[in-house]
Parts: sequence; C-alpha cells; structure tokens
Amino acid sequence: MSELFAMGNYGVFVWSSFGLTLIVLLVCIAQGNWHHAAVLRDIKTRIRAMELDK
Amino acid sequence: MWKFLHKLASPPHFYDLSAKMIPWFAIIGGIFIMYGTIAGLFFAPPDYQQGDAFRIIYVHVPAAYLSMMAYMIMAISAGIGLIWRIKLSHAVAAAAAPLGAWFTFLALATGMIWGRPMWGTWWEWGDPRMMSELIMLFLYFGYMALRAAIDDTVKADKASAVLAIVGAVNIPIIHFSVEWWNSLHQGSTLLRDGGPAMPAEMLYPLLAMIFGFTLIFGALLLGRVRTEVLFRERRSRWVRNLVCAQEGRNE
Repeated sequence: MSELFAMGNYGVFVWSSFGLTLIVLLVCIAQGNWHHAAVLRDIKTRIRAMELDK
Repeated sequence: MWKFLHKLASPPHFYDLSAKMIPWFAIIGGIFIMYGTIAGLFFAPPDYQQGDAFRIIYVHVPAAYLSMMAYMIMAISAGIGLIWRIKLSHAVAAAAAPLGAWFTFLALATGMIWGRPMWGTWWEWGDPRMMSELIMLFLYFGYMALRAAIDDTVKADKASAVLAIVGAVNIPIIHFSVEWWNSLHQGSTLLRDGGPAMPAEMLYPLLAMIFGFTLIFGALLLGRVRTEVLFRERRSRWVRNLVCAQEGRNE
C-alpha cells in the first residue's frame, strides 16, 4: 500500500501537484461564491437605502 | 438559431439558464476527474523514462490547455463585445480573466514541480515555453489591473478588450514554442502527427481529465459570468425583483 503512494520516490512531486490542483480548484470555487455573495449584498443594501429615502 | 442566441444573450434569461446548467457541468466534470485521477494515479503504468513522475501530466496538461483556452475565450469575447457591442460578451471576457490566471499559475506550478526531478531545475529562464506561459500570466494580471483601474464599466470593457486582443498574439507563440525554438519542454504528446504517443491505459485517464477539467472550468466560468451580469444589471428592474423575491424568501 505504501508503495502505491510512494510513486517510485517521486511521491512528493506527484502528490504536491495533485494537492495544489485541488487547492486551486477549491479557491476558484470559494472566490466565485464569495464575489457573488458580495455583489448580492451590495445590491440589497442599495435597495434598502432607496426604500428608506422614499 | 439567431433567435435562440439573442434570447441567450439577454441577461435575465442567461442568469436563469446558467443556474440550471452549472450543477450538471460540475457533476459530470467531477465524475470524469474522479475516474481520471484514480486511473491516472494507480492504474496507468509508469512511464519507461519518467517513472511515476509522468503522472503529473494528468493535472499539468488540463491546466495548461485551459490556461490558453481561457485566454482565447477572453480575447474572442472581448472582440465580439467590441464589434457588436453585446454586453454579455464583455461580461464573459471579464469573468474568464481570473480563472485563466489561476489555471496559468497551476500550469506553471505543476510544470515546475515536474521539472525539478526530471530536468533537475525548477525554472529555466530563457526557455520559450516557460517564458511565453509566464508572459500570459502577466497579461492576465495586466488585464485585471486595467479593469480594476477604470470605474466606468463601458470604458473598462473597451480598454481591456484592446489589451486582450493584442495579447492574443502570445497564444500561438506558446503553442508552437516547442517546435519553433529549442525548448527544454517536451513536444506535444497528444496533438502530433501519427496520433497520441501513449498507450490506452495512459491516454484514457488523460482525456478524461481534460474533459472533466473543461466542464469544471465551464461551471466556474458560468458562475463568474452570472456575478458579472448581476453587477452590470444592478440597477435594472429584473435584478431588483430577483433580489426582493430572495429577501421575501429569507425573511
């Protein structure tokens, strides 16, 4: 089993590549969701402000 | 066809349709990536020269291909936006840039991680493939910085579109760099005369990874275009109604 993960002594390189890829994908997802939520929040704030003005 | 495209380009319709498409892209892409990762890491035979280090291509190749694909999408959408003044296409261009930058970073980083054991160096200044890919990263940064510096969205769209289109010159340079110049980087394994130079057990996981990453990229891009559309249409009636309807549901 450990041989399977050792990747013929290239384990560090192989696993760090795959790990980094996973991290970048997760960051892309999180960044997108965060940005979307921020835009929605701004719009809501503006609408509330407009309603108070009335 | 034109009617369909016209409807697609209408922001509220796009906003609805894309929300329905994203989960499908993500799920199907995820399945292909799962298969590709497991088959690529554990079932593909080690390379006769590179041993198990070759498995890095299963993430490096999709990242590198999408880093260029994102640039093409950005430049072509920006061009369409400039010529036909379609608002949605400027939104697509703006949304593609940060994703392209992330995938370029990933392609460079996984390439360096592979280069260390295989070439004995993390980085080779003066290598055409590496330098042109690095230049693309700076093109993405420049594009995003330019957009961020201009408050007026219409002006930002136009100025950044010009930058994106001019920078597209770099794309064929990246692609052909391994043929035109002496590069440390190996030649193309898939797109070569005589078909892919790989046995099926190596090739299928790679194709699955490329396809899966493309779908995930599509889902990420659609998500970001939705955000762009929402921001650009923030003063419109449909966004107001949408947000108010959401508020009603939450409270």
